[in-house]
Amino acid sequence: MTNMIQTTGLVKRYGEVVALDHLDLEVPKGSVLGLLGPNGAGKTTAVRILTTLLVPDEGSAEVAGLDIRKEPDKVRERIGLSGQNAAVDEYLTGYENLDMVGRLYHAGKKKSQARARELLERFDLLEAGDRPAKTYSGGMRRRLDLAAALVAEPDVLFLDEPTTGLDPRSRSQMWETIQELVRGGSTVLLTTQYMEEAERLANDIVVIDRGRMIAHGTSDELKVEIGGERIELILANSADIPAGRSILAELSGGDVQVDEHTRNLTAGVTGGAEALRQVLQRLAEKDVAVADIGLRRPTLDDVFLTLTGHGAEEATETSEDDKEGSGSGRDEIREKEAVR
Amino acid sequence: MTRLALAFADGAVVAKRNLIKIRRVPELLIWTTMSPIMFVLLFGYVFGSSIDIAGTNYREFFIAGVFAQTVIFGASGTGVGMAEDMTKGIIDRFRSLPMARSAVLVGRTGSDILYNSISILVMSLTGLLVGWRIRTSALEAIGGFLLLLLFAYAISWVMAYVGLKVPSVEVVQNASFMFIFPMTFVANTFVDSSQLPGPLRTVAEWNPVSAVAQAAREAFGNTGDLPEPEVWSLDHPFLYSLMWIAIILAVFIPLSVRQYNKATTK
Repeated sequence: MTNMIQTTGLVKRYGEVVALDHLDLEVPKGSVLGLLGPNGAGKTTAVRILTTLLVPDEGSAEVAGLDIRKEPDKVRERIGLSGQNAAVDEYLTGYENLDMVGRLYHAGKKKSQARARELLERFDLLEAGDRPAKTYSGGMRRRLDLAAALVAEPDVLFLDEPTTGLDPRSRSQMWETIQELVRGGSTVLLTTQYMEEAERLANDIVVIDRGRMIAHGTSDELKVEIGGERIELILANSADIPAGRSILAELSGGDVQVDEHTRNLTAGVTGGAEALRQVLQRLAEKDVAVADIGLRRPTLDDVFLTLTGHGAEEATETSEDDKEGSGSGRDEIREKEAVR
Repeated sequence: MTRLALAFADGAVVAKRNLIKIRRVPELLIWTTMSPIMFVLLFGYVFGSSIDIAGTNYREFFIAGVFAQTVIFGASGTGVGMAEDMTKGIIDRFRSLPMARSAVLVGRTGSDILYNSISILVMSLTGLLVGWRIRTSALEAIGGFLLLLLFAYAISWVMAYVGLKVPSVEVVQNASFMFIFPMTFVANTFVDSSQLPGPLRTVAEWNPVSAVAQAAREAFGNTGDLPEPEVWSLDHPFLYSLMWIAIILAVFIPLSVRQYNKATTK
């Protein structure tokens, strides 16, 4: 199988800070690679290098079989980029934005205009198409930005944190759109801070920290490595911590993370809902007062804690790029349950 | 397509984008036209009432100076526009497209010619109201207007470079003021440079802004009975202005394009 993206030993430094530290990536044609990491892990730097916006200090990279250093112009003809801050002109209408991009790919007037209409329709922006992008909601802007990346039907698509900062509804809409693209056979490199997003959209996930790859595999493989769902228990009284710990330890058969100060206990479990039911039952039997309990998927923090021994937040101390958000892609399925 | 044709074709697409903004934010145009009117009235009445230049009518003399100064201020809009673009994601989009590397700059400097054309038109009309007259042929006058626009275009490339180099829009504004005020006042724009003391006189006489103002003055026939300038630069103002324009463009076009390619979003 041919690789549409291939990098070997990419290094990028900003002064003292090493943003990328010998990163090797491979993305086969028609597949989706999820680049997962906290703010400042080097995700955006990798995308900027591969989209020819930045020149690496060391290493080599090919996109669509073209060397990014030697033939950046040809690379640009084959790629589409949609970034975390929607790169559209706010004074132009949606239609004008797409037409402008089409012209700059040298598509010709007729083709460019037809393509603009087609994309507006596909991204549910036809009605808003003749309004300045300034009037669009955050979700609409992102959709327009994604549409702009698709104008030339690129062979390789780069999506840099496509849903960061979006509300849950816009996010799931965006996911559906991306999934549709993927079904259409696009090759995609996607960066994200959300474990769930990577799981849902990518065949292959690379976890990076401080510019280095720290884990690589399918989402199932990674789950085995980092554990599946977790029960998070917050006790009402500090005195109950030992009791809570032993109940959780029994069921998870593994480590229980305890934060004495917040009375927060976390443990990985298998069998999700059933395990939760059992924990609740034991807690009731022992008369332990629960402030809050929930079942949740591993967050980026958990992944990092497991893989590196430090949380995702600590990794951002050397942050150099990504501006938004707080690295925790906490996606909790929580039942508020005030026992007693 | 050759590289040059590509630069112009892509530049035209970017210029169109900039011009659409005028349509969406008409207030921009109102301010672009208000300040030239203000300048003509201010200099015409305040300076015109107290400065007397032997051999000519001040209201005819100063207008070429106001033209020169105002188009330079207009050109600083290019720097503001570039700096503004650099703070937004749109530049990443442009840089990831297979368009000419110079297109964003060609488009920006190109669309700013329109701003300056409008401001010259407005100033001319206001000038006519306060007593300015063109006393030469239409052809010569057009030559004067074109020289002003060409000079402004060259300054636009300087400002574009500044706009790419500095970290924010506010800095562009302050930086360009620091540059424009001395450049347009230590000149023969509003006073007779031959009456300035010592070194100031030399600077003013060789200042390209003086040459542009002088060339425009001659093109409009506003020199009256002023004595022929003794210094070569002002005796051949057209030639001297064109030399400067060529030098500025030759230096700042490549410099700005290089800076654009190097710069990343701020």
